[in-house]
Amino acid sequence: MAPRPCAVLGIGQTKYKRRRDDLTLDGLVREAVLRALEDAGAAFDDIDAIVIGKAPDALEGVMMPLLSLADALGAVGKPIHRVHTAGSVGASTAISAVNLVESGMYDTVLTVAYEKQSEGNATWALSGGKSGGQGAGGTFAPWIRNYIARSKAPEHIGWMVAVKDRLNALKNEYAHLHLPDISIEKVRESPMLWDPLHFLESCPSSDGAAAMVLGNDDVAKKSGRPPAWVISHAKRTEFGQFPGRDTVRPQAGVECSEALYRKAGITNPREQIDCAELYVPFSWYEPMWLEGHLIAEEGEGWKMTDSGDTELGGSFPVNMSGGVLSSNPIGASGMIRCLEAASQVRGTAGEYQVPGAKISIGHAYGGAAQYYAMWMVSSELNPEL
Amino acid sequence: MVSLAEDVAIVAFEQTPSHAHFNDSEPAMIMPCVNSVIEQVGIDRHDIDFTIAGSCDYLSGMPFAFVMNIDAVGAWPPVYESHVEMDGAWALFEGFVRLQSGDIDTVLVSGSGKCSPGSYREAFSLQTDPYVHAPIGLDPRTQAGFQAQALIAAGKATERDFAEVVSRSHGNAKNNPYAQLSGDLSVDELLAEPYVQQPLRRLDCPPTSDGAAAMIIARADKARELCDSPVWIRAIDHRIDSHHPTLRDLTDSSSVRIAAERVGLHDGPVDIAELTVTYSPEEIILQDALGLNGGTTVNPSGGPLTGSPFMAVGLTRVIELARAIRNGDGRRGVAHASSGPALQQNLLCVLEGES
Repeated sequence: MAPRPCAVLGIGQTKYKRRRDDLTLDGLVREAVLRALEDAGAAFDDIDAIVIGKAPDALEGVMMPLLSLADALGAVGKPIHRVHTAGSVGASTAISAVNLVESGMYDTVLTVAYEKQSEGNATWALSGGKSGGQGAGGTFAPWIRNYIARSKAPEHIGWMVAVKDRLNALKNEYAHLHLPDISIEKVRESPMLWDPLHFLESCPSSDGAAAMVLGNDDVAKKSGRPPAWVISHAKRTEFGQFPGRDTVRPQAGVECSEALYRKAGITNPREQIDCAELYVPFSWYEPMWLEGHLIAEEGEGWKMTDSGDTELGGSFPVNMSGGVLSSNPIGASGMIRCLEAASQVRGTAGEYQVPGAKISIGHAYGGAAQYYAMWMVSSELNPEL
Repeated sequence: MVSLAEDVAIVAFEQTPSHAHFNDSEPAMIMPCVNSVIEQVGIDRHDIDFTIAGSCDYLSGMPFAFVMNIDAVGAWPPVYESHVEMDGAWALFEGFVRLQSGDIDTVLVSGSGKCSPGSYREAFSLQTDPYVHAPIGLDPRTQAGFQAQALIAAGKATERDFAEVVSRSHGNAKNNPYAQLSGDLSVDELLAEPYVQQPLRRLDCPPTSDGAAAMIIARADKARELCDSPVWIRAIDHRIDSHHPTLRDLTDSSSVRIAAERVGLHDGPVDIAELTVTYSPEEIILQDALGLNGGTTVNPSGGPLTGSPFMAVGLTRVIELARAIRNGDGRRGVAHASSGPALQQNLLCVLEGES
């Protein structure tokens, strides 16, 4: 049997903030879930199964939180399961939910991802629970330096991405950072955290949740909501370290995008895809993923950034919502990429809508840039490429 | 019962013994299981289409502990892979669901847990509601005690019934080379033991265990190609109850009742039931909710009371059932996995041998 078609029919997000101390964990996930249900024109009774994801439990100190969140998620009496694939988890969770619909076993599936980083110490957890750890920036900075050396990219590329994503975020009411006076100078003058990454080239630490209602083709038809058809999805994993590993352009990332494009019949991603929400927690990852996911030739990704192609209004907009650089509730960040891609092809992205967007991708990575999860969504089930 | 697009079978399985303390790393427990199942079907590791694991960071005491476990499955060249922060039985669920799409043939499923370095009671107390329950240390044994007391108060069971579950489990485990505890224990002997959590005694509770389990499942054509005696997964379903003990009837399991209905448990004979009985009173609740009568052999392996490697223990129930069916001890049965305090979340998997 062929996989059952699956569409995104509802999207919900919380306001992302440094500290959502107005809400419990239950309240946080529920804020996103109720908005997704409302957007889908659905109620808890319509949901057949739930898939939840987040980064390590130690970020909030709650073990297997699907148990204590079951009531808030309307999961009682239903199947609910929990995905954890490091930073890629938000997108992996969305893909697991797609699998449930594609299997034909469940018609309507709710998926939710969250992080409430203010309840714990993220850098401690991201350092594997060891004190004095290097955190994510410390892991990625040497690979970024390697990218700069290999591609001969000028140093202002990182600053440009930092400015562009924060300007995009001004159009997104849910974004954590709203920095209207951001500028290249401000980024350049902000404190150096991990050479070459300045403070303003790094993602914030956010509280927030994101949710989607997915349904099969019958549910999509009945809902009358604009669908974002999930026309392809892929995941790949590789070891985090071994001799000869290419940490700048990891093979798992390359193969993940190859699988994603192959399934959708994409032969020229740069031309056939209208826009992308890529997981860019540190500025330089925009050009690195443009290359690592085969949107640009090797050594050419930074030129797309430099020429303004990745801006809203450019030829290949990236992170129209403001991206991870503007909101980073870690476990939810990948799901936010997926739902923002869906929002674009549904035509519901408001002020940061890419006009006429028909095909978009959502992407996340995690661990030592070793976990990849990507999905491709379209306004049509069988789009002409 | 849910109609399925694809028939799926277990073609290979392996488990470690239940170790009181395994002196090496978690990947070192998983790897022999993975190597064994791959060898059993005689394929290359890279012929596996999808890999999915279940484990829990908190038992390993380290955020991202599951990342180390990919050393055991092999991830170079890159693999199509995922992970659930749950017992391996839920990895099996997702693997089974993934095969229903019909575009891939094989899934490698594993589950592993190594809780001996820490205190699992302390770790599992963090499963409870973080605002009200966790701060008072409401650990799973305490909740199992509530459940046991509720059964007694409702007149549904006695302490002697609990001891009978323990006695039979330990007796059955004498034939299980993977069991950690086994032996002949009389009910009177057990009842003479002191309470550890009234009305529970030491052997009403599970031992501290480390262990891992793995299996390969495949779509029908591939399954027959890989294996002479595939064990068919006829249905799988899981359901959750309210987290709050006061919002549930602790003497019953509505989630088990729903799942039993969904898997069509009584559409055929239930020869064997391998149940995740972590605390002895749970067997009484499960038997009742599953509607089992005298015709079903319950926990011929001895069950978790004789070896309970959390995060592998549910998947191990599926393996024990598959082994029993392969050995001809029965033709059809149910495996049960559980998660959360006081049987909050439950998974059922119906297996059947070749007709």
